[in-house]
Amino acid sequence: MNNQTSLFQYILKIADNQLILGHRLSEQCSKGPFLEEDIACSNIALDLIGAANSLYIYAAAIEGANKTEDDLVYLRSERAFRNVLLVEQPNTDFAYIMCRQFLFDTYDYFFQQALQNSNDQTLAAIAAKTLKESTYHLRHAGNWIIRLGDGTTESNMRLKNAFNNLWCYVEELFEQDAAELDLVAQGIAVDAQSIKSQFYSHIAEIMQTAGLEIPSGIFMQSGGKKGVHTEHLGFLLAEMQSVHRSFPGVKW
Amino acid sequence: MNSLKLDENQLIENFEAKLAKNEMIEPKDWMPDQYRKHLIRQISQHAHSEIIGMQPEGNWITRAPSMRRKMVLLAKVQDEAGHGLYLYSAAESMGISREEMLDQLHTGAAKYSSIFNYPTLTWADMGAIGWLVDGAAIMNQVMLQRTSYGPYARAMVRICKEESFHQRQGYEIMNVLASGSAEQKEMAQDALNRWWWPSLMMFGPRDEESPNSAQAIKWKIKRETNDQLRQRFVNQTVSQVEKIGLVVPDKAIKWNEAKNGYDFGEINWDEFWTVVKGNGPCNKARIAAKIKSHEEGAWVREAANAHAEKNNKTKAA
Repeated sequence: MNNQTSLFQYILKIADNQLILGHRLSEQCSKGPFLEEDIACSNIALDLIGAANSLYIYAAAIEGANKTEDDLVYLRSERAFRNVLLVEQPNTDFAYIMCRQFLFDTYDYFFQQALQNSNDQTLAAIAAKTLKESTYHLRHAGNWIIRLGDGTTESNMRLKNAFNNLWCYVEELFEQDAAELDLVAQGIAVDAQSIKSQFYSHIAEIMQTAGLEIPSGIFMQSGGKKGVHTEHLGFLLAEMQSVHRSFPGVKW
Repeated sequence: MNSLKLDENQLIENFEAKLAKNEMIEPKDWMPDQYRKHLIRQISQHAHSEIIGMQPEGNWITRAPSMRRKMVLLAKVQDEAGHGLYLYSAAESMGISREEMLDQLHTGAAKYSSIFNYPTLTWADMGAIGWLVDGAAIMNQVMLQRTSYGPYARAMVRICKEESFHQRQGYEIMNVLASGSAEQKEMAQDALNRWWWPSLMMFGPRDEESPNSAQAIKWKIKRETNDQLRQRFVNQTVSQVEKIGLVVPDKAIKWNEAKNGYDFGEINWDEFWTVVKGNGPCNKARIAAKIKSHEEGAWVREAANAHAEKNNKTKAA
């Protein structure tokens, strides 16, 4: 893989995470548990989709194939998406939504913090902007983990259930293939191992405050970064791409 | 006559004197019960409309055909939620709680704008809603910036700024479709055909059949009548339709020099009342969806309250 291709793939991985999670969260718009939280979740969804958009514009420029950000979003099929499995998991209930957010937001906060120092100036600039939003997302999700963990027997049980079922997707966040490690060596990509301990210590701190234990003995799943997804992603893309693909080549 | 009665006469006189001087009525001011009731009904209906209105547009966020459209639509629906929030707060300042208002919405005791009881069937409906529905709402809301109740008027000032952006983005969607492929143009015309009449209905019954209008105008809650606002909307919108090469779905549309406005056909008032009475295509689905998310959120609200209470106790200890 040449450097441009590696960089293109790397940007897609970051952008796809942001897009798919933003999309999932946007499915909840108008369905929140109360109005203020509905607004907060739509706002976070918009931040994520906005960050993805900047990254796709950059990816399209790097690819140099005369494509637009919309081509990358609407005309790639399931196997070409590079997001982690965590972000495509469905909105089972509010505990799942917040657990998914909390795990991703924690990763994303430390990831963007590190990416700010990338030798790639465009990526560094996008990360600096994204980090401001990630900081808020992290606080928002963390507060909910504490509220739900500490709140009632039911909320505690639902949240435990969500952690037990989503924990298997955590390790994939830190997987890196040879091409990505090459970008790490060049100071372009983030060394995932370097943020792993910060990730786990933040998770542990919040979960302890929430009265929850970190799930143990969970077999870790992966595949998203290679385009091997759970069955959920196909339906998400079918919906997202339906109008765009039904009218090929037109302007919107 | 007892002194209490006299006092009330004096209070009414003061209240009306304030209105005559175009001064705002504020939450702590004395106001007639009927004025309070009228406004609670109107503001809560307005808030509910913003909230229920999130559904037909939310329906297309996940299918918006470009990243830009997706972001704009999501931001727009989020704005509507924010409008709902200001309006609930304005109504709360008159002594009704959010829970009571939600309860009235869920049980059908409170209404919301009937327009949201029509389905959004194609992407062009996002254009038609922004352009026509927000456009019709703006006519009303611009007037309400000068309504006599202070918190309502101030909420409207903020809301109007965002609504005019919503209208522009809706018109832009329609413009792009109308100048796009044949299929896109057909989609735009179809959306206009379906949303035109319901948009005209948004201004409410004809003046002679609008029971609350006269009192609302006397109290300066409203400053123009339903028919005046509807006429202004038609005058403004017909040229916008023509400009993008679409056709107003009303054969009776004709410029009338004498009144310096368009004549237009008769609204189907049977349809209007059918939808108002709860039998529109989506009345039941909208409320069912609202109740479902409220009920599914019950354990979340309970957890948040329980946590806040525990925290308060810890702080107090």
